[in-house]
Amino acid sequence: MTRGGWRILVSVLIWLLGAAPVAHALDPATVRQLAAEDSDAKIEAINRLVTEGDAAAIPLLKAMQDDRLQMLRGRLLIVGDDARDALTGEPVSVGAETPETIIIINRIRGVLGTALAALRLQVPVRATRLTAARALAVDASEEMLPLIQRALTRESDPEIKSLLAQAAAVLELKSPDSEARRRAVQVLGTSDNPQTKQLLTVLLVKAADGSFAEPEVAVREEAQQAIRDIEARFVVPRALGTLFSGLSLGSVLLLAALGLAITFGLMGIINMAHGEMLMIGAYTTYVVQVLFRQYFPGAFDAYLLAAVPAAFVITALVGVALERGVIRHLYGRPLETLLTTWGISLILIQLVRTIFGAQNVEVENPIWMSGGFALGGDVVLPYNRVVIVFFAAFVVLLVWALLNRTRLGLNVRAVTQNRAMADCMGIATPRVDWMTFGLGSGIAGLGGVALSQIGNVGPDLGQAYIVDSFMVVVLGGVGQLAGTIIAAIGLGEVNKLLEPYTGAVLGKILVLVFIILFIQKRPQGMFALKGRAVEN
Amino acid sequence: MDSSTKQTSFAYISRRYFLLGTVAGLGLLASSWAQAADTIKIGVLHSLSGTMAISETVLKDVTLMAVEEINAKGGVMGKKLEPVVVDPASNWPLFAEKARQLISQDKVAVVFGCWTSVSRKSVLPVFEELNGLLFYPVQYEGEELSKNVFYTGAAPNQQAIPAVEYLMSKDGGGAKRWVLLGTDYVYPRTTNKILRAFLKSKGVADKDIDEKYTPFGHNDYQTIVADIKKFSAGGKTAVVSTINGDSNVPFYKELGNQGLKAKDVPVVAFSVGEEELRGVDTKPLVGHLAAWNYFQSLKGPENDAFRKKWADYAKKKNIAGHKDKPITNDPMEAAYIGINMWAQAVEKAKSTDTNKVIAAMAGQTFKAPSGIVSKMDEKNHHLHKAVFIGEVKADGQFNVVWKTSGPIKAKPWSPYIPGNDKKKDEPEKK
Repeated sequence: MTRGGWRILVSVLIWLLGAAPVAHALDPATVRQLAAEDSDAKIEAINRLVTEGDAAAIPLLKAMQDDRLQMLRGRLLIVGDDARDALTGEPVSVGAETPETIIIINRIRGVLGTALAALRLQVPVRATRLTAARALAVDASEEMLPLIQRALTRESDPEIKSLLAQAAAVLELKSPDSEARRRAVQVLGTSDNPQTKQLLTVLLVKAADGSFAEPEVAVREEAQQAIRDIEARFVVPRALGTLFSGLSLGSVLLLAALGLAITFGLMGIINMAHGEMLMIGAYTTYVVQVLFRQYFPGAFDAYLLAAVPAAFVITALVGVALERGVIRHLYGRPLETLLTTWGISLILIQLVRTIFGAQNVEVENPIWMSGGFALGGDVVLPYNRVVIVFFAAFVVLLVWALLNRTRLGLNVRAVTQNRAMADCMGIATPRVDWMTFGLGSGIAGLGGVALSQIGNVGPDLGQAYIVDSFMVVVLGGVGQLAGTIIAAIGLGEVNKLLEPYTGAVLGKILVLVFIILFIQKRPQGMFALKGRAVEN
Repeated sequence: MDSSTKQTSFAYISRRYFLLGTVAGLGLLASSWAQAADTIKIGVLHSLSGTMAISETVLKDVTLMAVEEINAKGGVMGKKLEPVVVDPASNWPLFAEKARQLISQDKVAVVFGCWTSVSRKSVLPVFEELNGLLFYPVQYEGEELSKNVFYTGAAPNQQAIPAVEYLMSKDGGGAKRWVLLGTDYVYPRTTNKILRAFLKSKGVADKDIDEKYTPFGHNDYQTIVADIKKFSAGGKTAVVSTINGDSNVPFYKELGNQGLKAKDVPVVAFSVGEEELRGVDTKPLVGHLAAWNYFQSLKGPENDAFRKKWADYAKKKNIAGHKDKPITNDPMEAAYIGINMWAQAVEKAKSTDTNKVIAAMAGQTFKAPSGIVSKMDEKNHHLHKAVFIGEVKADGQFNVVWKTSGPIKAKPWSPYIPGNDKKKDEPEKK
């Protein structure tokens, strides 16, 4: 072979060794082991990648976490918009074949999460490091100690530093040196993670032979103190959490009942089809969502904002049609109204079932409504519930303003209080009737939008809320918006305060018994009203 | 009835309407007479309206699909099957009425139907009294064995116990504390009674088991999820959910939003399948589990064929929801196995007589869509089934993460309920 030939061969070798794989200097055997059948082998491979501590493993493990690590003809691929070889990073054409996904189970998902977090401690972005440190605070494993300690020396951010110190302390709990253990317990006492408490409680476990899991008395006392400290920090958030869940249940009840407070409360119509107005509102939300997904996928997260007016208009129209078509012929005949509206509710349910099918439809929370706001400790306020509380307040304000600040509101109040006199004064009472009924139905539609965000959207949605709605309106006092609001929030709070002690079933029964007793004592509800409802 | 008396008692009906009615009635009578000679009538008793419609409607459809398929192959004993579909409307007493009507009036040879245990309990006396035949396609709590019923869904030892065993294993997370969460009625209560006894036999203390119930249609799971969180601070916790029907959606939504991840607190459900997850955004639920004897995602030629058959049928019959996104699930498979096994048994018995068919059912086998050869037990009227445990994927399907090595024999009388050891593993009455 000539000199030139050698040179070419050498340069090709250098190119092969250097250029292509340099970005992925991971051990091929370890990477291949990620695809092993056995979970233990997979976990061993992940841990080895963590010990190596190479940031190049991050995209690989991330792909595995997202089910994008796939196998095709014995070759590991990272599949995204295109498929790339997991080791070399070169594009691979998949063709018509479907690569097999490397299946991960919960156990591996947990290990992957902490492994990724440990590796991400080296990332320059603060937010990423903070999330990583949070994930590691309780769940770190032995392999991660070097990475954590290295990160501790480099880290300048105090928040991340304290989280990392906790993570290191958790691992230190196993140290043979009792002084190190005591210091670790002290560090853990400053944590506001509820799982830390569990780690400390384990130290105090007494075995059958009378010995403790933690042999040193001083460390045990320190642990007891730390547990008390942690618990003290939980008291306030937990109480706030309970109050909030009551408020949230209350606002759901309020949104469901507010429309009824107008149609039944103000107008005196026993509208059994009220639940179906909620359902139509929820289905409108669904349809708007589908339209957005199809025509404006970019603005998908805003679909809910469009659904609010759409649901109001559509349910209001249905309500007006109902009033004009049927209910106005039945004024003053409550029994017939009850039966007819009940029949209408069955027709509406079957109609929706025929159009959309008997199965529930999926209404997705927009991104800004998924997840929650951590209140401290283990208390999380889900965004969808926070939004609903504010939405309920908004709807109440809207109704209040409509009834008290507009001409329509003035007419409604006049007709409610004395129909004959209002008629004499030149108010077109039939027009006020259909507008009020439309308003009540539209408000129910808004309630439906809110309900679609927390529960099922199916043809039977309304059935679940009709009894609760009547309960709220009757308890609050027929014809009084303020009564409805107080009754809804009150019922929500009472329910949620009782539930931890009595359980959901008995809690509900107790609330019902309470309402029955209350209505016995005060049949007119919390707030009595002077007006047509009373005169009749 | 003499037509003249009819005429006088309905004198206010105009003559024309009466004639029309009589003609139509006679026509119907004639057509049913004409058909009776060369068809076998079968009853389909599933709720097509009311709260259970969400789950039961597809069982009616899959049964009709199987009928079409059997008829296309020439029917049973050379006769075509003629389905009689009734709607008991999720109303338990109405189930009994409709069952009576199917057996005594329509003279059906067999009935395929029921979902909830309470509906099955309400029709049971009717089937025993009239010596009818019922195929019940849903997993249930056991504690029942009737000569007139064949149970093609799972008994507790074919679903609940393997699932709990998996969660106790290393791969399942090694759970030490248990939340048994259910809807307040017979199936969850009985299943949890069995599970509690089972967990105790494995050395789990009472303080590590938290049993909770919610009313039917409960939709506010804030407190329950917060309690699960608090409970899980005491050690590795798993939740066993027997929540039934619609309530699952708000429960899973709350889980997702409160940030309770499957890797920390896995939830295994016995009443949640592909169909129930249709109304849920499954991305936050990845990793939660379900235990069934069939999943839509199972690989194999039998399942491919079953899925294709269903997709084509749904498109042809324009079944809402399924025509665009066909979904198969465990009870559908069980219903499909049921009707096919019945057809085989009738062929074997050469008769549709209840007692002869019951005798012929013993030991009947069928290559099920799950890929397993399901066998009807010689004695106890339950199928031998394989158990699969699946994890929810982001697309609402399940990854099978564990399965039994082969079919398991059903134990309708769970050994974990005291007194059951004396009960015989076959129907009392013969």
